[in-house]
Amino acid sequence: MSTDRPLLETADLDAGYGEVNILHGLSIAVPRGAIVSVIGPNGAGKSTLLKAIYGFLKPRRGTVVFRPDGAEHDITGMKPNKLTELGMNYVFQLDNVFPNMTVRENLEMGAYLRGGKPDKEILERIHGWFPRLDERRRQRAGTLSGGERQMLALGRALMSDPKLLLLDEPSAGLAPSVVDVIFEKLQEINGAGISIVMVEQNARRSLEMSDYGYVLDMGRNHFEGAGSKLLHDESVVELYLGGRGRLAAAQLIADEDYEAKPGDAPRRQGRFRHEQDKEKRHE
Amino acid sequence: MNELLQLIANGLVTGSIIAIAAIGLSLVYGILKIVNFAHGEYLVFGAYMALVVNVTWGQSLVLGALFAMIMTALLGIALEFGLWRPIRRRGAGIVSLLIVSIGLALVLRNSILLWQGGAPRRYDVDVFQVYELGPIRLSLSQIVVIVVASVVIVGIGLLLARTTLGKAMRALSDSRDLASVSGIDTDRITAYTWIVGSALAGLGGVLQGLVQNAFEPNMGFRLLLLIFAAVILGGVGSAYGALVGGLVLGLMMEVSTWSALPAGGVDSVYKPVVAFVVLILVLIFRPQGIFGRARTV
Ligand SMILES: Nc1ncnc2c1ncn2[C@@H]1O[C@H](COP(=O)(O)OP(=O)(O)O)[C@@H](O)[C@H]1O
Ligand SMILES: [Mg+2]
Repeated sequence: MSTDRPLLETADLDAGYGEVNILHGLSIAVPRGAIVSVIGPNGAGKSTLLKAIYGFLKPRRGTVVFRPDGAEHDITGMKPNKLTELGMNYVFQLDNVFPNMTVRENLEMGAYLRGGKPDKEILERIHGWFPRLDERRRQRAGTLSGGERQMLALGRALMSDPKLLLLDEPSAGLAPSVVDVIFEKLQEINGAGISIVMVEQNARRSLEMSDYGYVLDMGRNHFEGAGSKLLHDESVVELYLGGRGRLAAAQLIADEDYEAKPGDAPRRQGRFRHEQDKEKRHE
Repeated sequence: MNELLQLIANGLVTGSIIAIAAIGLSLVYGILKIVNFAHGEYLVFGAYMALVVNVTWGQSLVLGALFAMIMTALLGIALEFGLWRPIRRRGAGIVSLLIVSIGLALVLRNSILLWQGGAPRRYDVDVFQVYELGPIRLSLSQIVVIVVASVVIVGIGLLLARTTLGKAMRALSDSRDLASVSGIDTDRITAYTWIVGSALAGLGGVLQGLVQNAFEPNMGFRLLLLIFAAVILGGVGSAYGALVGGLVLGLMMEVSTWSALPAGGVDSVYKPVVAFVVLILVLIFRPQGIFGRARTV
């Protein structure tokens, strides 16, 4: 009966660093096959939540349950390598590749649980999503560009054939065109049956492609709901999506031919550019 | 010219031993970020273990060296479980670990002193047998060192480049957290690293005891500075670097005494000084060491 219950569930999680508690009674659920976004301001505890799920921080209270196939596992505070064995993987925001190993060796480490020998089918699928990784297989990962590194980080995580991926800000610090590629691939990866929990600063983008979203503030659940619902929720938009986002986007498009003159206030151009593209694509 | 060839051969001998010891130190540093000041004592421990087999029990030194490697590996693993792991679990910082390792060095050295006394000891082997290879004269023990070192160096190179264990060790030294997310049992790989590093230290101790003919419990401490120099020279945390660093250091030290050099070369008493001058020069022109890479954030 566990198939209709969430793939991952945290209940009432308290966790933190040293004496300080950062998460206060946090509960999230990830339905099987879903993309779930966790958004919220800087320092809200989004990364801390992922670390607590993956056993890098021992929760002080609450439980984490993972139901990969039929079986139900209480994974609260379990060691990270055990979680990987159970069918999860995790991409850190920073330092998410082995810099002194080649691209190929990074992927081999992703397949460590298969004795470091990549499964041919999985490897081909990853190379299909990220052809760059095949082209650069002999290159040291530390010499890759930011976008390539992110692709390698995802590739490494996918090598273990996970059911669930935890992603910490997969688009952070990347050029807009690369962000597009990454988000597009994440949807394809999800289409291949891999559930995704994604922490994002790029809240609007990630909610747009998510089945469900959580808004965290000060380590607490603040709002939650279907991705599209949060996108149109007045208070979420106001607080976390940069205020009257829709209007601003419309404004940007209307001002397309506007030429900046010296003395003009700087405009946050490009921020909603993707929406513009999207609308064009939909025409 | 013949003198130079001879010095190069001597340098390879000295350098090989430093290299073998330095690889062990570097592997452990890479994975645990422990600067193990007791590493020199692991060498001495190995030297005495072989002595027990070779002199007390009257067996061959080959057997002694194998025994030394096994026993030093056991020492390394026992200390990992009994000492290092418990204090790591308590979140000890790098400075605390450093001080613990200095304390450990003193305890080990004095234990050996209590057990075996401070008088110089020698292995029961015929060290005066000398072979002539063209213009070069090498004692049997020197030839043994060069052969053993070549085997070890190739073996370690293959281990790190080709085997899953070796790659996991490199992965761990790049990032412990990322390694564990990849499914690597970091505690297990850490234990294997101590085994490899300590066994190499034990072997290095036997070889050093052999080439310097007689040894006593302070042998390790005197070598430790050269071992550190080799690790830094090659690039901290890079096992290949430690290897090259050891060889470079050994060669520089010996070749600096060449009589054709200005002022007739360096007096051989000052060889260790040469090692540190080389170290300082490399650090000025290439602060990350020969093989080290500038850290990127
Ligand atoms: N390693 C750490 N040690 C102590 N405090 C930390 C550590 N990492 C994060 N914090 C604190 O925890 C809070 C939440 O951080 P984090 O989970 O990284 O936020 P987010 O990912 O939502 O931006 C912040 O106040 C931050 O300062
Ligand atoms: Mg974060």
